[in-house]
Amino acid sequence: MVNSTVSRAKIKIEVKDLSIAYGGHKALGPVNLDIRESEIFGVIGPANSGKTSFLNAINRMDMMRTNMNVTGNIRIDDIDTRNWRNVYALRRKIGVVFPLPVGLPLSVYDNVALAPRLAGTAGTQAQLDELVERCLRRAALWDEVKDRLGHLGSLLSGGQQQRLTIARALSQSPEILMLDEFSIAVDPVTTMRIEDVLKELKSEMTIILVTNLVQQANRLADRTAFFLNGECVEIGETEQLFNGQAKDQRTNDYIGGKFG
Amino acid sequence: MTAHSAIQPTHVTVGDAKDKNWYIDKSFEILMFICGISAIIFVVGIFLFVFKEGLGFILGDMNFSEFFLSQKWRPTSLNKATYGILAMVAGTAAVTGLAMLICLPISIGAAIFIAEFAKGRTREILKIVIEFLAAIPSVVWGFIALSIMNPLIINVFDVPMGLGVLNSAIILALMAAPIVTSIAEDAFKAVPDTYREAAEALGATRWQTIYKVILPAAKNGLLSAGLLGVGRGFGETMAILMASGHSINIPTSVFDSFRALTATIAAELGETAVGSPHYQSLFAIGIFLFLITFIINMTADFIVRGVRKG
Repeated sequence: MVNSTVSRAKIKIEVKDLSIAYGGHKALGPVNLDIRESEIFGVIGPANSGKTSFLNAINRMDMMRTNMNVTGNIRIDDIDTRNWRNVYALRRKIGVVFPLPVGLPLSVYDNVALAPRLAGTAGTQAQLDELVERCLRRAALWDEVKDRLGHLGSLLSGGQQQRLTIARALSQSPEILMLDEFSIAVDPVTTMRIEDVLKELKSEMTIILVTNLVQQANRLADRTAFFLNGECVEIGETEQLFNGQAKDQRTNDYIGGKFG
Repeated sequence: MTAHSAIQPTHVTVGDAKDKNWYIDKSFEILMFICGISAIIFVVGIFLFVFKEGLGFILGDMNFSEFFLSQKWRPTSLNKATYGILAMVAGTAAVTGLAMLICLPISIGAAIFIAEFAKGRTREILKIVIEFLAAIPSVVWGFIALSIMNPLIINVFDVPMGLGVLNSAIILALMAAPIVTSIAEDAFKAVPDTYREAAEALGATRWQTIYKVILPAAKNGLLSAGLLGVGRGFGETMAILMASGHSINIPTSVFDSFRALTATIAAELGETAVGSPHYQSLFAIGIFLFLITFIINMTADFIVRGVRKG
């Protein structure tokens, strides 16, 4: 559909020969792919395919895990992330939404205001108020929490907490938004609302959507990569993959529901 | 329905008989119940005993305003015996406060290092050493107070005597540090890793993660660690007896000698006639200490519950 425009878009993330191992046990790789600016890039595959490891390598969360070994190159805006000296600044460019909602034990307001405060970009109280409201609105949560911004974020319902997590990820105005199976703990109605939010956000940021719901990738992603047992089997336009035009038979089988 | 009820009775009597397992289960239940309430029995028993011994004094010779507001502790005076514990309360409170000022930052810092930064062998060695610190008998701490800290304080601060508030507070801080550290470390360990990952994914540095997310999340545990330290300070006897100088005096500087409530009981109880006003007055101090620890524990409990509900 929009192939011609998409392929002309700028490359945001360039992954070259990326391999990830945990203490000698290979988890992923080698992976070579490009993620373009302002697209939703889907990553599908069954459990243990290296999808989460892939995300962790992008925002350098491997630094937190002593036994996680990452080799190869990931370039964001043509700068090698391995050479970033200040990983905290790198992570501020990247919003992350985890599989299970993590409402930090702070108030709803403080949850969203945390990132700007950490970065020292909170500005005046009025500016921060406005930012918090804008992020909560965009995460489709504002109407439900506007009267209880002072309540503990960790006491919201699962679906609300997940939208709170999205609002929090948006609060740092990320250039890249990574979602890791965000709908696992969320009801279908909330899932659809979040999906609508993502479609709107696409114009402003690059979105990496890791999901084990094949149809979710079909609904949202412009292009999709299929990971299987640590191997990147195939990358293609979502439409083609789901029309049975996948080059690899395993992709067809997985999308067709024959396994996984 | 009718067909069922015709069959049911025999089935029920067979399956419903109290068999061997039922009796074993029941006896275990009773046994566990006894173990469970034994703590209550002991606490009530000790309280009754202490109270019974002190009661004669409280109802008889004791003058409440003198007991709490006078600093004259002269139970053996032949003319007029006075029983004022103000100086001892002030001394105990001052030392506990100063000890906590020294102990809490170090212990919480140590707990943060062990829980958040130290890895592998460093971590294990640290934990073992800290546990070893907890195993040192309190009388050995008294040795250290007398033979190391005393001359050290005299030399460093150029004061005539090194036994007193500062010496006791340092010793007490070292004695409380292992337990406070290990409770605080438990509190940090109880904070889910997902909080750390979420904070770091937002670009928080290690310090920001600890300061903004982990400390607030662990505050209940840290509070109970602190109160445990305070309880330790009020209750510690032997080391304080040796480190305090044991003279009745409201301390006005950290180098002043003082006398602790507990040390008074320990030093004097053996020399009193059972049932005498002096003997009973020591038990009244015991009741007072008992009430203070009780209040500290209840406060901690209420705060923790309150935070949980909020």
